[in-house]
Amino acid sequence: MIYIIQTYGKAFLYSDGYNMTGVAMTLWLLVAACIIGFCLAVPLAIVRNSKHFLFRAPVWLYCFVFTGTPLYVQLLVIYTGMYSLEFVHHVPSLNQFFRSGIDCTILAFGLNTGAYTTEIFAGAIRDTNFGEVDAARSLGYSTPKLYRRIILPSALRRALPVYSNEVILMLHSTTLAFTATVPDILKIANDAYSATYNPFASFTVAAILYACISFTLIFGFRKAEGHFLAFQKR
Amino acid sequence: MRKLLTTFALACMAFAATAQLPAKAKAFTEIKFGVDATYPPFESLSPSGQFEGFDVDLGRAICAELKVKCVFVNQGFDGIIPALEARKFDAILSSMTKTPAREQQIDFSSEMYNEPTSLIAKKGSGLVPTAASLKGKTVGVESGTIQETYANTYWKPAGVTVVSYPGQDQVYADLLSGRLDASLQDSVEADYGFLKTPKGSDYLLAGNVTSDPKDVLGSFIAIGVRKDEPELLANIDKAIAAIIANGTYKKIEAKYFNFDVYGESSK
Repeated sequence: MIYIIQTYGKAFLYSDGYNMTGVAMTLWLLVAACIIGFCLAVPLAIVRNSKHFLFRAPVWLYCFVFTGTPLYVQLLVIYTGMYSLEFVHHVPSLNQFFRSGIDCTILAFGLNTGAYTTEIFAGAIRDTNFGEVDAARSLGYSTPKLYRRIILPSALRRALPVYSNEVILMLHSTTLAFTATVPDILKIANDAYSATYNPFASFTVAAILYACISFTLIFGFRKAEGHFLAFQKR
Repeated sequence: MRKLLTTFALACMAFAATAQLPAKAKAFTEIKFGVDATYPPFESLSPSGQFEGFDVDLGRAICAELKVKCVFVNQGFDGIIPALEARKFDAILSSMTKTPAREQQIDFSSEMYNEPTSLIAKKGSGLVPTAASLKGKTVGVESGTIQETYANTYWKPAGVTVVSYPGQDQVYADLLSGRLDASLQDSVEADYGFLKTPKGSDYLLAGNVTSDPKDVLGSFIAIGVRKDEPELLANIDKAIAAIIANGTYKKIEAKYFNFDVYGESSK
């Protein structure tokens, strides 16, 4: 255990000397995926509750596809599948993008968490109290203003506890990253294992690191809930 | 019953031990090789139960050179050193890499062959396995192999992008898709696993790795003999040198491989 920490400590935390690895890579994947997911989810959640079928249906389909298939398969399709298509090689920007393992991974993770987050936010928007909406309408709020001032702030606050679960599940999903050659915590643990033949110590170090990140996230979200959901405190 | 068997076994062993002592003093007429015949193309059993493979052919050539009879004994690899010590056979001929740990127990002959580490690249790419040639290129390796260690030790500091994959098949897949410019692996694996398959037709063996000052790839493959038989070892060494010199080695090599398994030192 001590040998593994001494030899692979730096690689486990941030770098193998040349590339970002380990905890730094895992956190980067998590943050990038969650930012993409969040930015996708807020507008899509609004469209998801649209009265018009033509608006609602594509978002429903997106959520259905990405929540209905395993993330591993999505990652393989985006990493292995996309780059095997001929036209991708001929468009320089696409070629550049899909050639890189980390770009593909972030895209797959972002689209996946985006789909789940859309469903979470859409549910929260649907649960908004009619009274609040009626009150805003009676004060002459336009629809954009209604969403910006009343529905979204309230819905996002109420979605916070469920959203924190999604972020932690996303952290656990980052262990798939090495499929697309991204050297995350688990890849370093595998390196330590194949060098020392000591699986228990190698994977225990990885488990401790994941647990530390999880606890930090849980702590942060609890604090945020205390702040944003103060009205629910008893 | 068990006691009887044990006594019988002990008696046999005692007899074998006494029988072997004069045999050693007698003129040396045969070599018994211990072989783990489960590792084609190096050693395996043919459907009719004959020993065959690169190692076996080399063993026969060595016996022919020494004008002695060749006997092969099948023995699992994990117990092959204890079996040698127990005098079940005289030498180990089973793709055994010379390592410091094994050298503490048995002696090794001079080099039999080496499974070199080699680079695969697209035909016409002109890449060779040196840091200078691969600078700015992307090279794929399988995670956990000595080849990964090699590429990370020598090439990464020189500006080569080294990408590790969970499995060798994924390395080949990305070589085919064009994500990788080259891949680094065991030469036998490269040959049998990729180059001889239809998909590998556009690719070639771009060369074997020759420079390894920090010795991350380990040593060559050799014949192992007991430490108390320097005479046999000297004879085997002499025979290996002879078959290399007279071209027998090259002939046998050509039967199995389309590349040099001895390494650069034979040139």
